[in-house]
Amino acid sequence: MNINLTLIAQAVAFAILIWFTVKYVWPPLLNAIETRQKEIADGLAAASEGRSALEVAAKTSEITLNEAKQKASEIIGQAEKRATQIVDEAKDNAKEEGERILAGAKAEIDQELNRAKEGLRAQVSSLAVAGAEKILRKEIDAKAHSDMLSKLAAEL
Amino acid sequence: MATEHAEKALTPTEYIQHHLTFNAQGIKGNTDLQGFWTLHVDTFITSVVLGLVVMLLIWSVARKAQSGVPSKAQAFVELVFGFIDDQVKNIFHGNRHAFIAPAALTVFMWVLVMNAMDFLPVDWVAGAASLIGGPHTNWRPVPTSDVNTTFALALSVWILMIFFAIKVKGLGGWIHEIFCSPFGSPSFKAPKSIGGAIGLLASPLLFLANFAFNMIEYVSKPLSHSLRLFGNMYAGEVIFMLIGMLAASSIVGAAAGAIMGAGWAIFHILIVALQAFIFMMMTVVYLSMAHESH
Repeated sequence: MNINLTLIAQAVAFAILIWFTVKYVWPPLLNAIETRQKEIADGLAAASEGRSALEVAAKTSEITLNEAKQKASEIIGQAEKRATQIVDEAKDNAKEEGERILAGAKAEIDQELNRAKEGLRAQVSSLAVAGAEKILRKEIDAKAHSDMLSKLAAEL
Repeated sequence: MATEHAEKALTPTEYIQHHLTFNAQGIKGNTDLQGFWTLHVDTFITSVVLGLVVMLLIWSVARKAQSGVPSKAQAFVELVFGFIDDQVKNIFHGNRHAFIAPAALTVFMWVLVMNAMDFLPVDWVAGAASLIGGPHTNWRPVPTSDVNTTFALALSVWILMIFFAIKVKGLGGWIHEIFCSPFGSPSFKAPKSIGGAIGLLASPLLFLANFAFNMIEYVSKPLSHSLRLFGNMYAGEVIFMLIGMLAASSIVGAAAGAIMGAGWAIFHILIVALQAFIFMMMTVVYLSMAHESH
């Protein structure tokens, strides 16, 4: 155990090694590690942010989908209502048209009936007169009954 | 093995002495031993080469360190970095990156590789030295089993300790602390009783007690710091030599020596790493204690 110059030489070597480490070894390692730690922290933050954004988007899409479904069912309901309406209207129109046609036909029939009655009436009087003439020519003096006949003719 | 350099058989004492002698060279002209002006060439060269190799290796990785996916080498260096940084963070609560953490890294890596030289078979190192430098060239491979190395490290830490204490507390604060802690300082109010007057008269004793306590602390810190490492590594080396002697005795001895040598080497891995770790932790503790005021 003799202390000698080796001690000082070793101390100098130690000082130089420490200086070297402080100056050239430690800072780049520290820098790399701290940068990586920051990058990882940022990455994790971004990931959790993305996850929450995804959740919001999923919720929004669900709401939109529900709205769309609701609107579609509404539209379908309206369309069905409209369709029954159109059918009803068509039915009503058809009924009215039929009734109108029927009424027209009836009126025409009445007219024809009246015209036929008129014609018959005119023919009945002349037939009656002809018949009466034939009867009277045989049995009655034309003079004696001409007044009465003219009166009868006037009554017709 | 031991027989390589034994034209005449070595006695156990000569064998041990051979392995425990430094390659000491005087630096004033001739190579005779010159008291303090002697250099342990083996200790110095081994430690400097090891220090340069390990720190340049780490530096070569650190230089290209990038924050992306690390290479395997960078991952390994970062493992060491993280280990040291965690230890320092738990003890020192200041800006550790400015000095203490890199100093701790240096201490740990350097002491670790110097201790690890103990794994080289002692006779191989001695044999290689004989081949290069001629017979009876001494070369002790473990720099930390030289008390000069451990004292150099411990005294450097000691000087840093005082430097940081003065830097943080000021010269006045440091001197105040030496005289007024840990037992406290007397109050200089006018005494109200006889007991108080006696207390005031006795107060210089308090300064003296504080001063003595702090001096013991300042002396014992570098001693325990350095001798713990030195003792462990020195004892480890001696046990390897004893096992080597057993191996040289006979064939049975060689078999027993091989088994015991392997066992001790495996156990020594723990000691090597543990002593490097303890030395580093003591360094960090001493330096962070210097930053705290009592």
